[in-house]
Amino acid sequence: MKTMLKTGAAFGLAAFIAAVGQTRAEASELTLCWAAWDPANALVELSKDFEKQTGITMKFEFVPWPNFADRMLNELNSGGKLCDLMIGDSQWIGGSAENKYYVKLNDFFDKEGIKMSDFAPATVYAYSTWPKGTPNYWALPAMGDANGWFYRKDWFARPELQAEFKAKYNRDLAPPKTWDELKQVAEFFQGRDIDGKKVYGAAIFTERGSEGITMGATSALYSFGFKYETEPGSYRMEGAVNSDDAVKGLEFYKSLYKCCTPPGYTDSYMTEGLDAFKSGQVAMMMNWFAFMPGMYKDEKVGGEHVGFFVNPAEKVPASTLGGQGMSVVANTGNMEGALAYIKWFAQPEVQKKWWTLGGYSCLNAVLNDPSFKSSQPFAAQFLEAMANVQDFWQVPSYASLLQAMQKRLHDYVVADKGTAKEALDKLIVDWTEVFKEEGKISN
Amino acid sequence: MTMVTTEEEAQVRVADHASRTTSPSVTRRVRGLSDRAIAWAFIAPTILLLLAINIFPLIWTIYLSFTNYQANRPNRPITHVGTKWYQEILNSPDVWAAMQATAHFVFWTILLQTLIGFGLAYLIDRKFRGHAFWTTIILIPMMLSPAVVGNFWKFLYQPQIGLFNYIVSFFTGIPPSSFEMLGSVSLSPWSIIIVDTWMWTPYVMLICLAGLRSIPDYIYEAAEVDRASPWRQFWSITLPMALPFIMLAVLFRRIENFKMFDMVNLLTGGGPGSTTEVASITLKREAFEKWRTGYSSAFAIILFVAVFGLANIYVKALNRVKQR
Repeated sequence: MKTMLKTGAAFGLAAFIAAVGQTRAEASELTLCWAAWDPANALVELSKDFEKQTGITMKFEFVPWPNFADRMLNELNSGGKLCDLMIGDSQWIGGSAENKYYVKLNDFFDKEGIKMSDFAPATVYAYSTWPKGTPNYWALPAMGDANGWFYRKDWFARPELQAEFKAKYNRDLAPPKTWDELKQVAEFFQGRDIDGKKVYGAAIFTERGSEGITMGATSALYSFGFKYETEPGSYRMEGAVNSDDAVKGLEFYKSLYKCCTPPGYTDSYMTEGLDAFKSGQVAMMMNWFAFMPGMYKDEKVGGEHVGFFVNPAEKVPASTLGGQGMSVVANTGNMEGALAYIKWFAQPEVQKKWWTLGGYSCLNAVLNDPSFKSSQPFAAQFLEAMANVQDFWQVPSYASLLQAMQKRLHDYVVADKGTAKEALDKLIVDWTEVFKEEGKISN
Repeated sequence: MTMVTTEEEAQVRVADHASRTTSPSVTRRVRGLSDRAIAWAFIAPTILLLLAINIFPLIWTIYLSFTNYQANRPNRPITHVGTKWYQEILNSPDVWAAMQATAHFVFWTILLQTLIGFGLAYLIDRKFRGHAFWTTIILIPMMLSPAVVGNFWKFLYQPQIGLFNYIVSFFTGIPPSSFEMLGSVSLSPWSIIIVDTWMWTPYVMLICLAGLRSIPDYIYEAAEVDRASPWRQFWSITLPMALPFIMLAVLFRRIENFKMFDMVNLLTGGGPGSTTEVASITLKREAFEKWRTGYSSAFAIILFVAVFGLANIYVKALNRVKQR
């Protein structure tokens, strides 16, 4: 009996020590969740400084983009404890704030002297506030981003191509300023033989599953004058979503897809575009600014081979917004550590380093620095793009709205179903249904 | 003999020890249990488990299908919407398009798999040199994970570097980059049918082979004595006697393909547009992308009833065939 008691006591003590150790380990660890892409690697590098300063070990959970929303929204919805910090998409803010998945940061910002006026207004509006535009902050603007363009600078510079292009279009072969110019350049390169290899005009977004074709097509739509509502906040979409400008924009995007993309380019997003560009298959690629630092460093097509330009204008200058804010997950077991990370990340010197490592800072002190524009070959374009960004619906029901747009756009652009007007009319019907369910529009 | 005696003695000793160590009241209670009670005691854990992981979720899904519940909006008050979702689903052109895509996929995969599977089984059943080796080779596709199959067929179908397009080009002279199996509205439904047929024909073959092997040789011997031609033997003996097995294979494949998700999701993701959006992909989009939990619960119930109902009708037909 005595032996049993002794053994039991020993087990109990061991379990207690293990439990205490576990709690200490949890307190000295932070898990940050984000998408698996180039800037995430930069953040890992940057976070080493935080680890040194605080002794907190940083763990990272990076999920590839096509599965990022599914995985992380499941995590938030199920009340999971995987993430202490979340760099989530701008569209998640509404739902995460209303469902209390994120911690409201106003009091913390006030206490620590973090001012939202120190960050670029467009990023604060898109990445931090809910309800939109109100001073209720649920995230720190962490990664500015917009949809931009990459082009083969070395191909554009070839004298024989320059001469041929000038003879055909009576202008220089240069980064296009309008969508019409972009299509001309794409047509010029489509099917051309360069260095014994057949190349194509442009890699654009056509992905059906997550958000690809919406992000791609809206880059054209916004420039052509597409609006979500006739008046902001009215939910009146008739005449805005299906306006003549919107129809022209969508028709244009389809014509670009039909004329100038590589074969088999029917379900392509960031990765497929990068693959096509890096393998020397396309002259131009639509993709997020976030990939520009990595591309510029690429051994084969980086450096002098690559150039960057901002999304072309047509009626108005506009770029589709990307980027994310950094939020504290309400379920975290290490609130103190998570807030410490936000405080550390908001510091100007950390933000400067963030930019140099390949992240896109949203801090005015970094963006307005006189040396910023010349600091990277894509820095000036980034500033120009961020000045004209437009974003998708940022409401809690954004997922339903996004899926509806994915379907209608893919049906029209890739599957050749109906006309652009019909696709946009159907989109209004879908969105109206969602807003009725939300109680935003009366039945 | 000595061994048996020793074993018997040991059993007696164990029983004696058990009777001494078990309290008399417990022994009485156990002895007092009826056979039925003991049977229930044995199956109770399984029944509880089934109730917990099958029946309760089913009942819960039925409940949710009458509400506006959204899994991503846990704080929103749940309201009862009656049969709204059922009406909406049954009147939705998108849902009917998905059901048509599913029917097209199920019909052609089953037809092709049955014809090719039975044909292969018939050939393999002829004993020839190396038939065991060829059987193993044929069975390989069904042993692969659908995720692996989906991914490598995606490469095979790639219009610029994919082997499939080059093979078609070799036989037809059509340039390989001139057609897209996965991106074309007319070809993509066939692209998923080809992959499913490639993967699951061996399964149908295996079941048919079991059917063919179950036919006794003496029936063929009697037919030969009666001078029945091979053709006559096939129609009068082989096919009727293997029919229950073929029908069983069709039943299994129909249930599986009705809820096909993984392979189609990997190959086309339901695209281009919604061309290959089978019912399970629509369901996934509603449930986990749009987060319309109530709506998707209603859709799941409709699909469940459809599969269950069709399977029941089919099983009755199968029983009639077996009785003949």
